[in-house]
Amino acid sequence: MRARVLIRPKAGILDPQGQAVERALPALGFSGVSAVHVGRLVELDVDDATQLPSMCERLLANPLVEDYEIIENA
Amino acid sequence: MSAEAELLWHGDRDLKGVDAVVVPGGFSYGDYLRAGAIARFAPVMESVIEFANEGGLVLGICNGFQILCEAGLLPGALLDNESLKFVFRQVQMDVVDRNTPFTRNCPPTLLAPVKHMSAVLLAGAGPGRAQVCGRSQPERLAGHIAGVVNIAGNVFGLMPHPEHAVDPLTGSEDGLNIFESIRAAVDERVRVA
Repeated sequence: MRARVLIRPKAGILDPQGQAVERALPALGFSGVSAVHVGRLVELDVDDATQLPSMCERLLANPLVEDYEIIENA
Repeated sequence: MSAEAELLWHGDRDLKGVDAVVVPGGFSYGDYLRAGAIARFAPVMESVIEFANEGGLVLGICNGFQILCEAGLLPGALLDNESLKFVFRQVQMDVVDRNTPFTRNCPPTLLAPVKHMSAVLLAGAGPGRAQVCGRSQPERLAGHIAGVVNIAGNVFGLMPHPEHAVDPLTGSEDGLNIFESIRAAVDERVRVA
């Protein structure tokens, strides 16, 4: 089964990458952009989808500073 | 100072009877996913975690500090530098707590280089001089934190590189004080044992 994991900085965590992108967009002429956050995407084929949360907790995300979202049959 | 260094391979669980473990800096696994996230699961780390849980002295420098955080041996998590630039400069650190095996022989301040892309997140960080802190929960730390010791006092993570401050050639010999502290702590344990 194909799964997709989205990893995002937790709300309130300093996100300098998001800030850098937010500052860059107006320079290209795009206005009205705010609250930009940059995360990671991991895509994988898994035999057992029940293992996905554990994979996220232990390796794919750092639960101290990141939230994750699992999308199955992506 | 005299001490013997034993190089331990990441794939080998054998710690070869060392008295203290140093997890060095670098770019393990290219900082892929998160710095230290993959190296944290190296076979040797199982032994290092066991060694630390039994009270063994562990020093993690830079990427080593990040690996120890990922392994749960130190509180905190890493974030990218606010400037998103690689930082490389000498930093003057205040030694806040001399009551640890790693700082007992240290003078009040140390000069050593930092070289990093990601520093450790500790809640409440703000402007101020870099500090080498003692045993505290991350929520109570303030100012720029250069190093943290765990509650038990046997695991120390340091972002600056003491091993690059051992010769006047690179501008400072202050790093030697940390290794001499470890040496003294080990000698004391051996005498007691």
